[in-house]
Order: sequence, then C-alpha cells, then structure tokens
Amino acid sequence: MALKGNLRDFSITQLLNLINLAQKTGTLVIEGPGETAQIAFRQGKLAYAQLGGEDGSLAAILHQTRRISASQYRLLKERASTMSDKELGLLLINAGYLTQDDILSSLQTYFINIIRRLFTWVEGFFRFEPDTLPGDGKITVRVDLENLIIEGSRQLREWEQLQEEIPSLDMALKFTERPGTNLRNISLSVEEWRVVSYVNPRNTIRQIARATKMNDLEIRRVVYGLIQAGLVEIVRPEGAPPPRPQVPQARPFPTADKNEQKSLVNRLINRIRSL
Amino acid sequence: MQTVKMVVTGPFNAGKTAFIRSVSEIDVVATERRITSEAEKVKETTTVAMDFGRITVDDDLVLYLFGTPGQKRFDFMWEILSEGMLGFIVMVDSTRPETFREARSILQTFRAYAPTPYVVAANKQDMKDAWELEDMRLALRLDPKVKLLPCVAHKKESVKAVLLELLYSILAEMEAGDA
Ligand SMILES: Nc1nc2c(ncn2[C@@H]2O[C@H](COP(=O)(O)OP(=O)(O)O)[C@@H](O)[C@H]2O)c(=O)[nH]1
Ligand SMILES: [Mg+2]
Repeated sequence: MALKGNLRDFSITQLLNLINLAQKTGTLVIEGPGETAQIAFRQGKLAYAQLGGEDGSLAAILHQTRRISASQYRLLKERASTMSDKELGLLLINAGYLTQDDILSSLQTYFINIIRRLFTWVEGFFRFEPDTLPGDGKITVRVDLENLIIEGSRQLREWEQLQEEIPSLDMALKFTERPGTNLRNISLSVEEWRVVSYVNPRNTIRQIARATKMNDLEIRRVVYGLIQAGLVEIVRPEGAPPPRPQVPQARPFPTADKNEQKSLVNRLINRIRSL
Repeated sequence: MQTVKMVVTGPFNAGKTAFIRSVSEIDVVATERRITSEAEKVKETTTVAMDFGRITVDDDLVLYLFGTPGQKRFDFMWEILSEGMLGFIVMVDSTRPETFREARSILQTFRAYAPTPYVVAANKQDMKDAWELEDMRLALRLDPKVKLLPCVAHKKESVKAVLLELLYSILAEMEAGDA
C-alpha cells in the first residue's frame, strides 16, 4: 500500500510516528504550498533533510549553523564547488579545522530545523518513496524521531488553540487606541515587526500573511502575541459587509450521533459536579 | 481530542471574567487593556478580545468557556464566538438595574445567532443592594420557562450550579428532540 496523501488528513507528526514504528527506510517527499521538502530515513531514524529552494550543501549548512564565516563560505563555494559533501567534510576534518562531531551536529541541527518548519505546514501532498536515500556524496545522520514526535504533537495542540483564539483570518488588525506605558517594554522580533508594519484596518490577517510569506500557524502565532502584548486588536476589515444574521455553520457537537451527544453532555455534567 | 464550547456573555462589569476564572483550570486568557472612555471607568481594565477558560473533562473531551467582550464596539466578535456553541450564559449584575436593558438586548442578539439553550445568571447576589430574582425576572421580561439563577461569580459552587443548570437544559432539549 503506497504511503501517500494530504497533510490535512495525516499530519507530519503522524507520519513520523509511523516511520518510527515501522522502522522505515526511504524518502518522504512533501509538496507544500510554496516549497517541496525531502526527508530521508534509515530504519526509522532521520538521516537527511532538504528543503526545496534552499542551498543544502555542507558548506551552506556549516555557514548557516555558524561553524564557518560568510567569507569562508564564499571561498568554499568558489574553490570546492565540485567536491561532494563527504569529500569536503573529510578535507575540513583532515585540515584540523572542524571535528567530525562539529559537522554531524551541524547537520543534525539543520535537518531538525527543517522538520520543525514542516510542523507548521497544515496542507500539502506527501508520498513516501521506499528505499530511496540521498546520493553517495551526502553525509547522513542518525537521529531518533521520538523527541521530534513529542514536539510535533505539542505544536498541533498549539495550532488547535490558536485557531480558537483567532478563528478567522478574514478579520483585520488595528493598533489599540492607547497602547499605554507597557509598550516601552515590548521587544518585537523581526517577524513581529514585519506583521506590525502591515497593521491597518484595511488589511485582513490573511493578506498580511501573504505579504509576509507566513503560513496559517506562523501568522496566528505572531498575531496572538501582538494581541497579548496589548499592541493590536482584531477588527472587522474596513469596507467589508456587516456580518449576516445567519445560522452559523459550525456544529456544537463533534459528533452527529444523538446517543454520543447525550453521553458527552453527561460527561460534562459529571465533570462539573466534581470540580 | 474533542472540544465543545460555551459562551459567557452579558454587559460590561457583570462578572463574566470572574465567572470563568472560578472554574477554569488555566489562567483565564484575557486581553485586558486599560480603558479609555469615561463611561467605562467603573473598573480599571476591561476585556477587549475575549476571556477564555478551559475545563478538561477526560482524556478526549475539553470544554472551553468564552467570555464575550462587554463593550459595544467589539460586538462583531459575538457572532464569531457564538459559532458552534453548546449553549450560553447571560450574566447580569443584580445591583445595576441600569444595565438590565442592555442585558436583554444581548440575550436577544445571541438567540438570533443560534437556537441553543441558555440560562440567565443574576450575579453579585452576595451584595446587599442586589435585586430579588423575581423582580429581575420581571425587569428583564424573561419568560417563566427561562432559567434565572442566583450567582456569585467568584464562588466556585455557585458557578458550578449555573453551568450544571445550563447542561441540564441542553440535555432536556435533546430528550425533547427525541420524543
Ligand atoms: N461582590 C461581587 N462582586 C463581583 C461578583 N462578580 C464579579 N464581581 C466584581 O465585579 C467586577 C466586574 O467583574 P468582571 O468579571 O471583571 O466583569 P466582566 O466585565 O463581565 O468580565 C469585578 O470587580 C469583580 O470582582 C460577585 O458575584 N459578587
Ligand atoms: Mg471581563
């Protein structure tokens, strides 16, 4: 049975869990909204990861994880561009410049960060290509998936909560009328500043997300932080029609079965009684 | 994980935040801001976005309590909050008859959003100038069938009783639907 589908129905965390339990070897290819990711596993352990447009060469990774400087990276790109990652790694080790541990931990950090980014993808097609592994020249690692799986489920819960907090991305943001004195103590991240620069009752949160190239989770996280800081508030977008007095679509019960609904209410009653 | 939600609404200062805080297992996530308008200077801060409390029922069921922002300028949030709610509670400050009219209007608005069960909580019944329930029922023009319950929002037992009455109403309506 081919392992393929959509992240909407089967999350990254669930996929990792399955790969871990079945000790699978092969490459998971995920086509997200803007990018494609390829994650290789050997016997259920993370071996390699690459994100579409990104330079995943060893030199680039060492630079990104601050093992080498920008000028060293440029030099390597010029002089060693025909070398495979393995050859380059050996060269750096033999030159006494980096240890094997340095290189492996750099790669691990980089690969794990790719997986962390995948946790924020809520949509995308995936397929698992059994027994496909990166080419010979690549350096692979062996990372247990358990911790990543735990981290992923935590993120999933956060995602569910953020959806409750910011139910609609079609609302707009505006600065609170008087942000007050605590504004002085707020230090914003680059991402937050980017969002702040688009705050305007005319821009929906969805439009801001598009402009700042953030996905649903990332934008909700930033917006939630800004709201908590008392900096912005959610408003109906200017020029949008007023809400229609219609019966809402959302269902009060997670199940349509009458008996399950009753049992659910009875569980609620018992719980409240015991508070 | 299944989630269900209830909405706690009512005029500004009625006790919504206190109510949710009494039973929530998490710190109520409230976006409280210093208020600016003179009319609202009754207390120091007010909820502009929403209160949000949680009660874990068991391994796969969580009840969320949402408190609506009291001020009119945030009433566009009401419809969003009311989507998919199991039922709602209208909090009324029993000591402030000048807010009864607004409470009634909020009640009507929520009934229009969703035909879900609701109860009315006559809050601050511990205060000496609190109105009697029967007088409040008349002033609020509540149908005799509507549950009007005494409440003291920072007393857990009192809040539990209100939540339970709402749940009983929800159950009763389901049984009526079966008949
Ligand atoms: N005495 C008394 N005070 C209450 C009661 N419920 C709330 N309060 C107080 O009334 C004020 C407004 O309550 P709050 O929960 O913030 O109102 P909200 O605007 O509806 O969220 C606060 O000072 C509360 O401490 C109650 O049952 N009895
Ligand atoms: Mg409040």
